Amino acid sequence: MCETCGCSVTPGNVSLAWRPVPHGTTTVDVLGRLLAANDRTAQHNRAHFDRQGVLALNLMSAPGSGKTALLEATADALMHELRMAVIVGDLETENDALRIRARGIPALQITTGSACHLDAHMIHDALHEIALDGLDILFIENVGNLVCPASFDLGQHRNVALLSFTEGDDKPAKYPVLFRSADVVLLTKSDLAPHMPDFEPARAERALRELANDAPMHALSARKGMGMQSWLDWLHQALASVRAAARSMPSNEEPSHGHGQRMAR
Amino acid sequence: MHEMAICDALLQQIEGIAREHSARVTRVHLAIGPLSGVEPALLRRAYPMACAGTVAEDSDLVIEAAAVRVRCRSCGRESSASAQRLLCAKCGNWQTELTGGDELLLLRVELSKERLVTAQA
Repeated sequence: MCETCGCSVTPGNVSLAWRPVPHGTTTVDVLGRLLAANDRTAQHNRAHFDRQGVLALNLMSAPGSGKTALLEATADALMHELRMAVIVGDLETENDALRIRARGIPALQITTGSACHLDAHMIHDALHEIALDGLDILFIENVGNLVCPASFDLGQHRNVALLSFTEGDDKPAKYPVLFRSADVVLLTKSDLAPHMPDFEPARAERALRELANDAPMHALSARKGMGMQSWLDWLHQALASVRAAARSMPSNEEPSHGHGQRMAR
Repeated sequence: MHEMAICDALLQQIEGIAREHSARVTRVHLAIGPLSGVEPALLRRAYPMACAGTVAEDSDLVIEAAAVRVRCRSCGRESSASAQRLLCAKCGNWQTELTGGDELLLLRVELSKERLVTAQA
């Protein structure tokens, strides 16, 4: 990002920024992000999270990679240590929210209809229904989709990408936008690894590194409780570092209104 | 297919600019990189639908493709790369930072007041 005015023109793309224009027209230079409105709301959401000391995580994966199962197992493992809440995005049904609430964790379902992703405005609306006060971690379970969710900042602190052993190990190369943004990659359903000889974790990791992403990669099975500790440790570290950052760098945006007075059950 | 949502965001911005200048939009220039997550071909198809009935109706959409470029964290050299392999072209190191290719930018908007008068007449 340009340090002078905050626009998105970098040395790599500056050649795109200036071109002659035909006569007879007025030209207005903008040089701004196309999703500026979404990004502003995302920043506002992040200010809310920072103020309440809440770690906000955006979980992204293909449908059926085990996002909800991971949240169920995480709830079971951490419910006596940390207070958690979940915002779940799905095209239809309240099924995932019901599963999470059954574990004693407040969950708010956003049904997007035909929309293939969550955006910052949907999360902002949801924050009126979720109590952030006293919360440690807010999980945002995005719509199962490896394409669209990657383009929309929600205000999260970290991105969590899931890739199951029943998928292709070349998915980071096939979906570079999403996997490039991941802060941790979880290889899920690792209990099925013996039945899935074609999936080579080393190949998945190489594809991730080729996206210049040094995010840790952990194999786990939420259903069988295998490999969960690395993930739980990562959560504790992320929570500690986000809280330390929020304390040392007070947000310059002060949310002008309160969120999180009501608890959705 | 989130290109319609991208178009809506674009429309909100260019409608505001057109209102400020009391003019119609004739052409819109975007820069889109392969790592933005937006497919230019789908955006081109969605654009006329999103513009129908607005001050940008019948306007041209010009999409300038941005190239993927990386700067090596080890040798410091900048080079071009592909979206799936963001490696340094000189030393092959994968620890690079992106300097171009994830753009999703509104570069500029061309406006015409004449067309507004014609349209309202």
